[in-house]
Amino acid sequence: MTFTQLQEDARQEWNALRNDNNPQIMIGTATCGRSAGAMAVVKAFEQELEQKGITAHITEVGCIGPCYAEPLVNIAKPGKPTISYRNVTPSMVTEITDAYLVGEDPLAHYTLGTFGDGKIEGVSRVLDTPSFKPQERRVFRNCGVIDPTNINHYIANQGYEGLNKALTMTQEEVVDIMKRSGLRGRGGGGFPAGRKWEAGLKAKGTPKYVVCNADEGDPGAFMDRAVIEGDPHSVIEGMIIAGYTIGSQTGYIYVRAEYPLAIKRLEMAIAQAHEKGLLGKNILGTDFCFDINIFPGAGAFVCGESTALTLSIEGKRGMPRVAPRPRTTEIGLYDKPTLLNNVKTFASAPMIIVKGAEWFASVGTEKSTGTAIFALTGKVNNCGLIEVPMGITLRQIIYDIGGGVSDGGEFKAVQTGGPSGGCLPESLLDTPIDYDSLDEAGSIMGSGGMVVLDEKTCMVDVARYFLDFTEIESCGQCVPCRLGTKQLLEILKDICKGRGKEGDHELLYELSHSVHGGSVCGLGQTAANPVLTTLRYFKSEYDAHIYDKCCPAKVCKSLISYVILEDKCKGCTLCAKSCPVNAISGEKKQVHVIDQSLCVQCGVCMEKCPNKFSAVDCVSPRVKTEVS
Amino acid sequence: MKERLHEILSPYEGKRDQLIPILQKVQGELGYLPDDAMLEIARTTGLSESRVYAVASFYAQFRFTPRGKHSFLVCRGTACHVRGAEKILEEAERSLGIVEGETTKDLQYTLETVACIGCCALAPCVMIDEEVEAKLTPKMVAEIIDGRKTE
Repeated sequence: MTFTQLQEDARQEWNALRNDNNPQIMIGTATCGRSAGAMAVVKAFEQELEQKGITAHITEVGCIGPCYAEPLVNIAKPGKPTISYRNVTPSMVTEITDAYLVGEDPLAHYTLGTFGDGKIEGVSRVLDTPSFKPQERRVFRNCGVIDPTNINHYIANQGYEGLNKALTMTQEEVVDIMKRSGLRGRGGGGFPAGRKWEAGLKAKGTPKYVVCNADEGDPGAFMDRAVIEGDPHSVIEGMIIAGYTIGSQTGYIYVRAEYPLAIKRLEMAIAQAHEKGLLGKNILGTDFCFDINIFPGAGAFVCGESTALTLSIEGKRGMPRVAPRPRTTEIGLYDKPTLLNNVKTFASAPMIIVKGAEWFASVGTEKSTGTAIFALTGKVNNCGLIEVPMGITLRQIIYDIGGGVSDGGEFKAVQTGGPSGGCLPESLLDTPIDYDSLDEAGSIMGSGGMVVLDEKTCMVDVARYFLDFTEIESCGQCVPCRLGTKQLLEILKDICKGRGKEGDHELLYELSHSVHGGSVCGLGQTAANPVLTTLRYFKSEYDAHIYDKCCPAKVCKSLISYVILEDKCKGCTLCAKSCPVNAISGEKKQVHVIDQSLCVQCGVCMEKCPNKFSAVDCVSPRVKTEVS
Repeated sequence: MKERLHEILSPYEGKRDQLIPILQKVQGELGYLPDDAMLEIARTTGLSESRVYAVASFYAQFRFTPRGKHSFLVCRGTACHVRGAEKILEEAERSLGIVEGETTKDLQYTLETVACIGCCALAPCVMIDEEVEAKLTPKMVAEIIDGRKTE
């Protein structure tokens, strides 16, 4: 079958669905939606439709982005814009069905807004809201729109058009368009993708491999999973184009075993692409053959590093090769030339081929073109996945898209780039988002985690948290990383425990620079970034811990005490009953007292104390006790 | 178990580069990697026993002791951490009577932490088997565990 025929068939199916006289119910059932209860909502709609004898299509779609509004249900009625319902629970399903599927009341108070042409009275357009207006959905173009398990939905929306076009171009022409687009590696390193593809093409040796890095290991990042779950074919198409460009016949997708749904979606997508002649032998009738294997990673953060990842596929310990090492494009998987890119880099390629390098570079900055995807989380109102043009400021992201700090908190810092990144303060909120500006500020773009921290977050504890992570994940082959991260962690633990001393600042600096300069791979080289940025921007918090034995955010247990306020305690005994170490004494209707020598600072008493009393307070530094 | 193991391993005779998928498959069937299985994997693939152990012990996914019937996974991602994951873990430890990495005596629960389950908007959260429990407080954790115990 020719590509034109494939496209016609797909469009027919897609248009039939679009122009159907029955309503369509699209429910986001990616991992995030499921966690929020989307499957129960699917079931509730199925039952409701059956009971009431209503004909409507239920489609499970990928992640639409705004996790804070999950489970999200989009309902499209013929001739009307799609209404997006937020935080839908099974108990709301009957009401929505009666009011809007049967009747015409959109239940505006349940909606996030509308998508598409036309207006519905009382409901705003989603893309006009402050949270969506600055966004530009390119990599996420199909997520939440198409059924990811149906290849025809993808093909009907320009899917595999990039591959079809690339096959009529020379390999050099594809490299050229990739280079001109300015696309930089979306895994965080930011190496120009076109140059990497060129190196892959020029590399001598056969066979060559194409590897997709979907070993998304940064705590706080889940965009690769969302892309795979919501639009798996975009990644596969990108890989096939890459295979054609460098002259490879075999691709691997290294994906975290913790992402079972993503693996399932990839397996299905690969099988479908085979069926349509888009993958396998003689793709689209040409001489080009390419196949893709899925390799479920076994859980090692360091395998995000390219040389470690390829060794892992070979069945070895994932320990990065020691420098000076050849580039993976020259000596990679099985010591053969290997083109390794991130999920989002591959997913960007098809659109660049279809729409052109200029289109891609039309948003973003001069040196960082296109869009960036972030997982905006932490103490922010609108948590979720966002896609924005490069160059937008941190402030716009946090306050416009994110809706500001949650629970009325006060902004303290924003952490970007995960364990390899850093914490940036209020004064740097106008920093534009691009590879170079973030680097200059001491953080990195990284894989796209962006965690907002408020005044209740202790910056020393955050640094300790990340070092705890890198120390565990260090593969251990080089001393600066294995022992350096361990010692950094020990110093930070001491500071958090009130054992910090004069000279700790200097020691942290010195050690950080040694770990940075002496480590074999990126994991060690960037491990100290959380320490260096918190020291640079939040020195006063370190000082408070070291000199005053005070944790201003009241997080570090060894530096806080819980106390019961005499004038507020009504002697309800709830705290005493729930204290796990029986440290609270007091008769009913009498003021209770915490025995500080027994207290383990678990905070259960504060949580249990009824809000109307709020008689438990947390103080730092610790209250002096006779024992100590 | 021996027959079952033989069945799983037979397609992998001599396939050294398939070591990680083999380990995943065996653990998937047996729940963990018992000594006998490790020896058998070495024999089948032709790799040395030390090499099989070196690889298996490198990756977080593999374990050498039996696991509880249910897994209780506390997310320690950044978003969960700043929203109180530590207190969630402490409560889970208290309620289950074990510490992180352990299995309850009745082999019902294995309590573990995970770097991130990617449900950051629902922080702090835990994953019990395949189900995610979202936006937790220590009190809710205690209630969930008590509720499951009485079931």
